[in-house]
Amino acid sequence: MFNAEFIELFSNEIGATLYMVLISSLVSYMIGLPLGVLLVVTDPEGIRPMPLFNKILGLIVNLLRSVPFLIMIVIALPLTRAVVGTTLGATAVIPPLVVSAAPYVARMVESSFKEVDRGVIEAAKSMGASTMQIILKVLIPESKPSLLLGAAISVTTILGYSAMAGNLGGGGLGAIAINYGYYRREPVTMWAAVILLMLLVQIIQELGLKLAKHSDKRAR
Amino acid sequence: MSVNEENIIELRHISKEFKTSGGPVTALSNIDLNIKKGEIFGIIGLSGAGKSTLVRCINLLEVPTSGEVIFEGRNLAALPDREQRSARKSMGMIFQQFNLLAQRNVIKNICFPLELSGVPKKEAEARAKKLLELVGLSDRANSYPSQLSGGQKQRVAIARAIATDPKVLLCDEATSALDPDTTKSILELLKRINRELGITVIIITHEMKVIEAICDRVAIIDQSRIAEVGRVSDIFSNPRSKIGRRLILGDAVNNVSFDQSRKIRISFDGRSSMEPVIANMILSIKVPVNFLYATLKDIGGTAYGQMIVQLPEDETDAQRALTYLKSIGIKYEEVTEADV
Repeated sequence: MFNAEFIELFSNEIGATLYMVLISSLVSYMIGLPLGVLLVVTDPEGIRPMPLFNKILGLIVNLLRSVPFLIMIVIALPLTRAVVGTTLGATAVIPPLVVSAAPYVARMVESSFKEVDRGVIEAAKSMGASTMQIILKVLIPESKPSLLLGAAISVTTILGYSAMAGNLGGGGLGAIAINYGYYRREPVTMWAAVILLMLLVQIIQELGLKLAKHSDKRAR
Repeated sequence: MSVNEENIIELRHISKEFKTSGGPVTALSNIDLNIKKGEIFGIIGLSGAGKSTLVRCINLLEVPTSGEVIFEGRNLAALPDREQRSARKSMGMIFQQFNLLAQRNVIKNICFPLELSGVPKKEAEARAKKLLELVGLSDRANSYPSQLSGGQKQRVAIARAIATDPKVLLCDEATSALDPDTTKSILELLKRINRELGITVIIITHEMKVIEAICDRVAIIDQSRIAEVGRVSDIFSNPRSKIGRRLILGDAVNNVSFDQSRKIRISFDGRSSMEPVIANMILSIKVPVNFLYATLKDIGGTAYGQMIVQLPEDETDAQRALTYLKSIGIKYEEVTEADV
């Protein structure tokens, strides 16, 4: 059973999973990080309060987050076709993954920023810092450990989504588990894929914890 | 630096209201205050009196609902955002909780305001090193705030606050989280900064001992208004407001029991406290009096005393005691329960 074909299958699909997760995480952060900044900054208690804008943005983020990912893949089909030109394969999973994960990332980032001591922000203001300077030199660096922890959680969530996408022709470890476990009744192959997914989650989570701890200059 | 008569900050009719779910709350009501260039000015009040809001109005961290903040002749409240920010760079501020950046080491914390102003990195670090020397922490340049004691954190905060050569240093309860010895050393540092760098210092506190230790003038704020303002020595020797008496005499006066006979409060200044005034009075009228409260404070090297004395119940004896005090030129005033 553990023949060359088996190994090739797994190495291909691990590659597909890592590809989906990596690209989706990057793009999700490119969208989610600025969204999180906007959510915090325009909060009624934030450094640039814009209550109406904040409410609308919060609503959009919540709406996107409330669509189950499997359904998002279907809803996003036209978008997927427009962006990557196909609705099959690992690349086609990236657009719906990003649409689902970016709002999630935005909320993670928002909660990290909210941990930053208000007094420190006030001190920066008292030194004449602009809103942009407060974001770049206070909010982001001061919440770095928490952002890294949040990233580990976000990436493992994206990994979970990517496995779900296997169901709908996305490929990756999730596809192996479904195809071999459910359609072909080969539980060993299915379990191999599941254990690999578990290992990946462990690695990502541990890495995030280590990086967060290493970067934190408080309490040592 | 000697205090001159030029005002560096003038607050004119400052009022501040906060909108809360329970309706508007007045934090400041028609505050007028002049701060002179080069002085150490204290603002004292009980918690909730509005003093923290007042100091935040000076650098516009809180925008007053009405009134003007004149800094070096310009009304800050009327300036556009960008110029308000640049004016803030001329006013350093330190806080009760220090508010250092936890993820930056000491030297990088001091460089922070210089970074904001676009000072080149090398130049900023050289300046930060000098400031660290000034506050006596040269050996902690690479430590992180979590590795410092409260007093050390406040020293770093002071170095950071004066990095951009401000003209004014605002101190918001800067010693309230520190133990008495550390408080003393931080106050000494503030005094040195005032003397050596000529920075005007404004101190917000609820502790009278802070005012005594370093302030030239003091404003007492109570229920959103200025109760009285003047030289520290004048206010200590003769507080005119009820809140002033309470802050200076302390809560101990509240425990004094008041019965029928009259009480007087005697204020001593440096000259008379050396003489045995009360002993001489008793010898002169040959009737004992009752001490209810007494305190002696050293302000700027001169002893100031406050004393509450219960006069004899016999009205003639009481009158003789008062006549005696008058004859030797001792200031006194009659107090009733309502006064303290």
